[in-house]
Amino acid sequence: MTLKTFGFDQFGFLIFSLQWTILLTVIALIGGGLLGFAVALARTAQLKPVRIAAATYIQVIQGIPVLMILFLSYYGLSLAGFELPPLVAAGASMTIYASGYLAEIWRGCIQAVPKQQWEASESLAMTRLQQYRYVILPQAIRISLPPTVGFAVQVVKNTSITSIIGFVELARAGQLINNATFQPFRVFLAVAALYFVVCYPLSQLSRLLERRLHAGSSR
Amino acid sequence: MSYTFQFGVLAQYQDQILSGICLTIKISVLSIVLGCAAGIVLSSIRSIWGGTVRFLVDAYVEIIRNTPFLVQLFIVYFGLPGLGLRVGADTAALIGMTINLAAYSTEIIRAGIEAVHKSQIEAGEALGFTRFQIYRHVIIVPAIAKVYPALCSQFVLMMLASSICSAISTQELAASAAFIESQTYRSFEIYIAVTLIYLVLALALRAVLAVVGMWLFGRRVARRTMTALPEVQA
Repeated sequence: MTLKTFGFDQFGFLIFSLQWTILLTVIALIGGGLLGFAVALARTAQLKPVRIAAATYIQVIQGIPVLMILFLSYYGLSLAGFELPPLVAAGASMTIYASGYLAEIWRGCIQAVPKQQWEASESLAMTRLQQYRYVILPQAIRISLPPTVGFAVQVVKNTSITSIIGFVELARAGQLINNATFQPFRVFLAVAALYFVVCYPLSQLSRLLERRLHAGSSR
Repeated sequence: MSYTFQFGVLAQYQDQILSGICLTIKISVLSIVLGCAAGIVLSSIRSIWGGTVRFLVDAYVEIIRNTPFLVQLFIVYFGLPGLGLRVGADTAALIGMTINLAAYSTEIIRAGIEAVHKSQIEAGEALGFTRFQIYRHVIIVPAIAKVYPALCSQFVLMMLASSICSAISTQELAASAAFIESQTYRSFEIYIAVTLIYLVLALALRAVLAVVGMWLFGRRVARRTMTALPEVQA
């Protein structure tokens, strides 16, 4: 029996699994974005207990490894009686992970809007909701674009951790191919190259947005 | 849901957990020291020499920062033996973490170096400093002081990411957890306990780094290091 070598078919399988990596990233960013936005608002709320609860949430998520979030949601959800496909556990844990970091990033962006903007909109008799909707968020979103895109790169990379619970995304596909071909150097370099192809443009985009933002504000 | 938590079974695996904690601390501290040193060296030679050297350093930083840590570990642990370089799981973890952290610290310190204003260097020249004195007192130390909090956040992230090394069979804390889980099937309890241990380790590391920052750069930098965490009092 001869071993398979790392050829076109194998590379095709990597490309195919890259779709799962991207799908997982999108789930994490949408889910984490919604949850993170809520936490960011809570973090800047007027009620102190709400602020403290949000800050604690952020601190805990940022203080534990992504791998532990993954294991806890994997085993925790199955204990609660759900028979889960790995995609749900992976999606749930990536959502929780992303929410903790996005909340902190966006809190910074909301607080970066000058205080006068709050005062001016308050003096126009806007309600708190109107202040957020018409004055604060439009400015905060502009500030938040570069770090958010930068964080998307972290999410893409961290989806590789879900391979540890057996979710077949790019890193796991690499392992499977390596088990069949025993050409680890080639296989994992190809895997790394594919991650790079996804992440590098995002990193550059984040940098570009950052430069554009500063060019805009110094004018 | 009728599940009875039994944290009691964990008690008999104390040794496992302790040895896991020890290895996590060991590889984290070593990689922080080595990675930070490499970051200082790389960002320095990058700012001194232009051209090819700068391109190579930048390429290294970009490649590491745009690929997952797990895949980097796989290349070190599974790939290097193919090139005739056999490394154990602990060494591979240390190499992977150092390579990874070196790239991030290079990027962070580079930002600090570029933030040093030109007039500062000119002031140094006016005071008759030698080029080395200028580099030491005007550029690198203030640069590191400026980015120290960001650097510390990266160190904490690296310590947490060391849990991924369990995937290449390094017997650190996450691997201890997996082992105990395989013995007892008390997966939820063990992972809750280990998650709490990581949380404590992260807070402790942050505090230690703040003390180091106070010793190196003074009180102001140390305070920023602690508050790089989300503040509980807004």
